[in-house]
Amino acid sequence: MRSEDIEDYAKGSTNAHKMAAKQQEISVTEFFEKNKQILGFDSRSKSLLMGIKEAVDNALDACEEAGFLPDIHVRVERFQEDDEYRITVEDNGPGIIHKMMPNVFGRLLYGSRFHALRQSRGQQGIGISATVMYGNITTGKPAHIESKIEGNDEVAWKMDITIDTKTNRPIVTNDTAFAHEGWEHGTKIEYTTKGRYITGRQSIFEYLRNTAIVNPHAKVEFHDPEGKKYIFERATEQMPPKSKEVKPHPEGMEIGDLMKYVQNTQQKTVRAFLKSDFSRITDRIAEEVLEKAGVNPSAKPSSLKREDCKAIIGAITQVKIMAPPTDCLSPIGDTLIKKGLMHILDGMKPEYYATPVTRPPKAVNGNPFVVEAGIVYGGEIPSDGQVTILRFANRVPLLYQQGACTITKAISEVDWRRYGLEQRGGKGIPFGPAIILVHVASTKVPFTSEGKEAIASFPELQGEVEQALRLCARNLKSHLNKMERKSKTHAKFEIVQELIPAMANKTSSMLGRPVPDLSGTISKIMNVVWVEPGVKKGGKNVLTVNYTVYNYTTQERTLRLHAHLPKECVNLTLFTNPNFIDMNDEGKTTWEIKSLLPSSSTIISFELKGDMADTFDADDIYISGINPVLVMGAEALPGDWGIKGLDITESDESIAAYEEEEIEEAEDLGEE
Amino acid sequence: MAKNERQQKAMDNLISIVRNIYDQLDAGNVPFMELPLRSKKNIEFNAQHNVWTYGDLQTARTSKTVQGAQMMLRTVYTADFINDMIQGSKSSTLRELYYISEGWEHAKFGTQDESNLLAEDLEIISKCMREDFKLRPEESGAHVYGNLDISTMTKKGMKAFNCIDDVAETGFAVPYNAEKESLEIVGTDAKFIMAIETGGMFARLIENGFPERYNAILVHLGGQPARSTRRLIKRLNEEKGLPVTVFTDGDPWSFRIFASVAYGAIKTAHISEYLATPTAQFIGITASDILNYSLPTDKLSDKDIGALNAELSDPRFKDEFWVNEIQAMLEMKKKSEQQALAKYGLDYVTDTYLPEKLTDMGIL
Repeated sequence: MRSEDIEDYAKGSTNAHKMAAKQQEISVTEFFEKNKQILGFDSRSKSLLMGIKEAVDNALDACEEAGFLPDIHVRVERFQEDDEYRITVEDNGPGIIHKMMPNVFGRLLYGSRFHALRQSRGQQGIGISATVMYGNITTGKPAHIESKIEGNDEVAWKMDITIDTKTNRPIVTNDTAFAHEGWEHGTKIEYTTKGRYITGRQSIFEYLRNTAIVNPHAKVEFHDPEGKKYIFERATEQMPPKSKEVKPHPEGMEIGDLMKYVQNTQQKTVRAFLKSDFSRITDRIAEEVLEKAGVNPSAKPSSLKREDCKAIIGAITQVKIMAPPTDCLSPIGDTLIKKGLMHILDGMKPEYYATPVTRPPKAVNGNPFVVEAGIVYGGEIPSDGQVTILRFANRVPLLYQQGACTITKAISEVDWRRYGLEQRGGKGIPFGPAIILVHVASTKVPFTSEGKEAIASFPELQGEVEQALRLCARNLKSHLNKMERKSKTHAKFEIVQELIPAMANKTSSMLGRPVPDLSGTISKIMNVVWVEPGVKKGGKNVLTVNYTVYNYTTQERTLRLHAHLPKECVNLTLFTNPNFIDMNDEGKTTWEIKSLLPSSSTIISFELKGDMADTFDADDIYISGINPVLVMGAEALPGDWGIKGLDITESDESIAAYEEEEIEEAEDLGEE
Repeated sequence: MAKNERQQKAMDNLISIVRNIYDQLDAGNVPFMELPLRSKKNIEFNAQHNVWTYGDLQTARTSKTVQGAQMMLRTVYTADFINDMIQGSKSSTLRELYYISEGWEHAKFGTQDESNLLAEDLEIISKCMREDFKLRPEESGAHVYGNLDISTMTKKGMKAFNCIDDVAETGFAVPYNAEKESLEIVGTDAKFIMAIETGGMFARLIENGFPERYNAILVHLGGQPARSTRRLIKRLNEEKGLPVTVFTDGDPWSFRIFASVAYGAIKTAHISEYLATPTAQFIGITASDILNYSLPTDKLSDKDIGALNAELSDPRFKDEFWVNEIQAMLEMKKKSEQQALAKYGLDYVTDTYLPEKLTDMGIL
């Protein structure tokens, strides 16, 4: 709007003229400047985190899109003035071509992703330019950008960018090309901003650490303002599969969306428009929809009126359309979640990583989504408070508004008492030494606000989260049961290995008689075949696994052992083992122990080598060919393993029920 | 010091326990032992001795459990230790036994209660007394005051004492072994024995000249009486035919003190015939005393009420007198101390309360 126009209005005499003089166009940038909290820039400490979050999210997206294993450096420096910080985020992504640099960093709502549907971290293209703008406003200093694209003959470019808040256009200064030795490709952003550096649950450290958990393929280096350096190493070289772009699914579309699409389409007829611009619409379905809506299939899309669009949307709900395709999603996967958790949380020495659960994809309002959950338990995880909740959306940690998030609501709905955690009244966030991780991946995560801090509650989504949690919690519970059984077995072991021999030695020396042979007594006390797993770490990524099998029964025993090994990690040590029988495509492995004599033992030993070696849990060992009641330390081979176990051939024998005598006299004796 | 016959028997019995375990192991069996169940469920009245002893209920300790195996291992080690002690003419306290087990590896005791209980188990299995094992408690028995001539073992051999003339006002200290070989009752002209729960009342009666005036022997119990204290009371009762009275506070715990003097304690029911004095009579403080003498009271705590209810199911208290007393106390929800009698002056207990009660009982 030109200023002379405004003056013209002012010359008019009506009230409307006077008011018109005050009415101005507000630029998007100005709007956001005045409503920073919508983007999450509502407190000094949060602003600092939000900026880094936007830059890191972009860096990871860019690296993955280009197929590079991300290598990300984050540095936070404090200036003399206490609340001013310089932030540097550098990646090894594909770089940005010179011409585009100003728009990417200096223009709000500019980005490639806004019009495409795919699983990505950033979605609206608001983030990084908002960060640049926030820095400009609070410190008056421009952001500094450097970038180099692939190719030996390409130079690197650097420039300073300020955003003109009136026009939403970048103002570029010091635009120069330079030679950057040893830099193949990548982007670096450096900006100054007001903020407050904090530690704890909502800190930059926490954000980067959680990012490293769900991005095990990324290396993240962090320099904090005190000069401390933290490195989260890459846990795997395996890149997540690239997410595909998909066309929008007609379900859940708003009328405004449709009116916009009909104007922009390249298609000549409405029928062709529906078929080729949306997913899951065939000729037949297009006809059916248009017939129900009363719209001529051969009409030009741009000729559709608001009423026509409304009719089409109404018709879509009446026609059965296939759920959206789900191959556009890239969940992390159970192995990599475990790997990421183990890699980052190892310092807390957790007792157990419950096998994570990745649910099959589902759709809500035409948007496909996948829910994943993992639980870490015990060790040095604090046990006196509520569990720690790690929330993720499209591999981005969510640190704020925990209470408003559907993940938190789902956790509160699960009755954790059934799975071994404390929970008052069976509702609310449970207590205990556990960390619960939930990841929601979707082409469009339904956030409660533009700040992308909490996921909105849809019954379908929350139900999936609950389901994933219950499945994962079941793994936890079965581990806790196993531990309890183990401690009982250890008690028996203590008797036969320590107490009975000590008794034999002492009595024989007092009586001056020879030490008796104890095998009969020991077999009678134990009356089990005992499987004891042992794991030794031999250098990086090498595990030596031992299973010692003792026959503490009174008969000779033949049995098979089964374990699900990470297939890519086995080597010759497995195949040359004399007890080895076979391994199937999934890595399910069988050993056989023949005619193990009473009071004797044998050891099965093999090596696992490689990235995934440490994801193998040696306690997950199964047996067949023997009555499972007679076995301690291993479970019966589950029916759904699809492996044929050894049939039980031994004669039926009476198995003494577990006797547990308790002496209940202590109470009376204590009183006198 | 030469081993006496009882000690030889103790050694033989202990060795046979050890042999029993060895033989079971040698036969390839799981060692186990049977013991009388030591709880109030298994207390029976023994008509021959008029005391309560263990019944026929047995508890089996088997090496199939860690607890059982550990207990048996400790039994073996303790038997060995006791044999060494007897042979070397040494004695040790129960606490020393607990500390000595530090060197026993898997047979080590977790708490002193465990070693105390095991010492009693050994008495039961070996049918010998702890005193024969030369295990003594931490504190010796309580104190005796009254015209009683005794002869007791000192470092210079047996020496004679009169329990008024030769002792201070605290009385004569009863040794841990109150058997004949270390304590001989020479003679007395006393008419009766009064066992007293608290040291305060014991001192009050001595200061007021009660033992001399009424020709009584006072025995200070000091809470639950030690074995030697009960043994001395029993011997005075049997050997000199003196009636025994018991004067305690008026609360549920004091009722138990009386029960262990008169009927035998659950813990030591295997030797009740040595320790309990079935003819002992309860002076008070009774529930009715609290009303009749309108004594100052305290409210019963939840623990007190629990103890009273437990006594209602204790076979030793199943007679009319005790059921009435316990129920009366539960109804008034109050308890009182023997020293509450001082409400009426320091001489009231010796001038009025005790003469009245003792006359009612036919002692005076």
